[in-house]
Amino acid sequence: MTAEAQDNAPIVALTDAAKSFGAVRALDGVSLSIRPGECLGLVGHNGAGKSTLVNVVNGGLSPTAGRVDFPASGANAALVAGVRSVFQELSLCPNLTVAENLRISHSALRGPGWRRAARAEIARTLDAVFPGHGIDTETPVEELGIAERQMVEIAIGFAPRGQDVRLVILDEPTSSLDAAIADQLVAYVRQFCAQGGAVIFISHMLGEVFAVASRILVMRDGKVVADRPVADFTRQGLVDAMGHVADDAVVAAVARDFGPEVVRTDDGLAARKGEVVGLSGLAGHGQARALAQLYLGATSAWRARRDPQMVFVAGDRTRDGILPLWSILRNISIGVLQQFSRRGLVDHTAEAALAEDWKLRIGIRTGDLANNILSLSGGNQQKVLFARALASTAPVVVMDDPMRGVDVGTKQGVYAMIRAEAAKGRTFLWYSTETDEVCQCDRVFVFRNGQISAELTGDAITEEGILRASFEMQEA
Amino acid sequence: MRRLFSKYRILLPLVSLALLLVATFYMQPRTMSYFGVNLLFNLAVPIALATIAQMCIMMVEDIDLSVGAFVSLAACVTATLLNDQPALGVAVLASLVAAYAVMGAVIHRLELPAIVVTLGMSFVWGGLALFILPTPGGASPGWLRSLMTSTPPMVPMAVVASVVIAAVAHLLIIRSGIGTVLRGVGGNARSVARAGWPVIRLKALAYGLAGLFGVLAGMALVGLTTSADANIALRYTLLSIAGVILGGGEFTGGKISPVGAVIGALTLTLAASFLSFLRLSPDWQIGAQGAILIIVLMARLLFTRRNTRDGGGI
Repeated sequence: MTAEAQDNAPIVALTDAAKSFGAVRALDGVSLSIRPGECLGLVGHNGAGKSTLVNVVNGGLSPTAGRVDFPASGANAALVAGVRSVFQELSLCPNLTVAENLRISHSALRGPGWRRAARAEIARTLDAVFPGHGIDTETPVEELGIAERQMVEIAIGFAPRGQDVRLVILDEPTSSLDAAIADQLVAYVRQFCAQGGAVIFISHMLGEVFAVASRILVMRDGKVVADRPVADFTRQGLVDAMGHVADDAVVAAVARDFGPEVVRTDDGLAARKGEVVGLSGLAGHGQARALAQLYLGATSAWRARRDPQMVFVAGDRTRDGILPLWSILRNISIGVLQQFSRRGLVDHTAEAALAEDWKLRIGIRTGDLANNILSLSGGNQQKVLFARALASTAPVVVMDDPMRGVDVGTKQGVYAMIRAEAAKGRTFLWYSTETDEVCQCDRVFVFRNGQISAELTGDAITEEGILRASFEMQEA
Repeated sequence: MRRLFSKYRILLPLVSLALLLVATFYMQPRTMSYFGVNLLFNLAVPIALATIAQMCIMMVEDIDLSVGAFVSLAACVTATLLNDQPALGVAVLASLVAAYAVMGAVIHRLELPAIVVTLGMSFVWGGLALFILPTPGGASPGWLRSLMTSTPPMVPMAVVASVVIAAVAHLLIIRSGIGTVLRGVGGNARSVARAGWPVIRLKALAYGLAGLFGVLAGMALVGLTTSADANIALRYTLLSIAGVILGGGEFTGGKISPVGAVIGALTLTLAASFLSFLRLSPDWQIGAQGAILIIVLMARLLFTRRNTRDGGGI
């Protein structure tokens, strides 16, 4: 093979790769090659097989049939071939510092002085990807916010780590980042690909995929249904290919009469009965904290009440949401056990009926509710958390960026469910990092530096209005 | 001040030890001397070593209920085999360390709960100790005895040994690359495995280190007491756990501090002497020791309960 041919050889080549979990074919004969300089946008709804494909490429799973080769490097393992992954669920060691986390995946750092080298390398990469990030490399990761953690994870993915970085897989890299930082990432990915690297970019935000990808691969039910240069796709065509007829037009909130005020906090957050209240602003400006204070203040008491006043839908599933050792059924019913327990004992028939009911209503994709919660894809786990909250009788629902990593079709379904529940008189407090979600609310509080900087209602709820309130001080 | 304490976790154990030390000196001024300090902290040396052993296990999110029995066994081997047939003694002690490493690998491989396995193994260690030394006795090897009772100029041996133990453990666990990876196993084992590390070997290494420090604890104990007994160190199990926690460590998440662990062991030892100086009836001493532990832990909660993350944490 000549040097030139070597240069253009695919970094990774899949030939009829398939992966089954029991009877479920998660990946059904996929052939794919990724060459230097390409940025592959990978889209598909929840459970389409994206994560399985990624895990087969990065060596986390070995395919049940077919082959995975790394022709460009001639290596036989993904790590040696310079294939890195940045995972959707945050996978840093929280007890170690930023620099120490680099050491975990960079075993060539050894001997005296490795700390200085690690600090320099991670600082260099952070500076390159996210200029002006302001992250101290000696901070333990547990003290960083979720957006900063994601930035660190991405930087570790792109750090040289003593070898050639050939392919970086980014799985929902921007789900916790605000728009400005996401733009920095998009710019860096373009630059990285221009210099001969390759990226697999998975995102539910189609705008980003169009902005960054040179080629888009659409998956459905474990198969590749479209694989074309980005110029051949339109936004609508992409959504159609994924198999969801998503209504792009945002359902405008209909002006309604609300009941009496049911929530009012010292810092000015308020909600009336039947209202959907949005919390917006740049990520990490105190929205989640305000919700957590409100929720904990309302619910933490010595005795749990039979009729809770407030329920919580977690956005950070692994930290605040799922009970990882329990079945789907128990994860749904935990919030409402009080309702159908008799003399302190759980009524299993009623519990199963309730879970089955919510499985159908919210569309949880599983054969058996007795399966472990972790057998579900991320989006379906999130549906379980919604079911847990909505199954209760609580009049107030607090949601902390619950749509993180959820696909378009599911989102539309949940929006409709929220509107229907609100019409029945439930109140929603909804923090979201996505502006088009916030625009569906009846009233929006914009946060800046931990305080409410604006309260928008009716026609004033626009992307421009929210952005203005988020940035005002920073422009001055 | 609150910020200071939450930023530097080591401060609280240090302050607790200093306060207790000042109180002891006040109660019994004669302890404020070379020999006084040596007497106060003499028995802290094996406890500190056992605490470091426990810390190596807690570092990988497990807990070891066999430390006490294991240290007793190591002490019995030291007082008999190592004294009579040094080569055989060294081989037996080395195989004890290896057995610990194997135990770690088995716990990881079969996904067994460490608390159950180590509880079971504590009976095995205890049985072996009785087998080797059915009645209290044995003798300390001369070199060990003279090492433990040596009198360095200015600073007593107990203090020198504590500082050396803390420094070595700090270098090994906190500063070194492999120590960082070991702490990573406690923080997020999956991410360590994804980065290409064989977690089973890392766990075996952590347990092997624990075995090594356990053996050293047994040897130090024999060097001080000059004889051994199959039950000599049974209370070390709980003392070592308390020492790690007092020193700022936690049961989960790979959050540990070797320097803190040594300070924790010193504090626990000093607490016992302090209570004797108070002329508290021995019946109440154990309870009072527990109360001191709880007070320090409460102080720590007050200082560390904070919310740095935006998300709060529900």
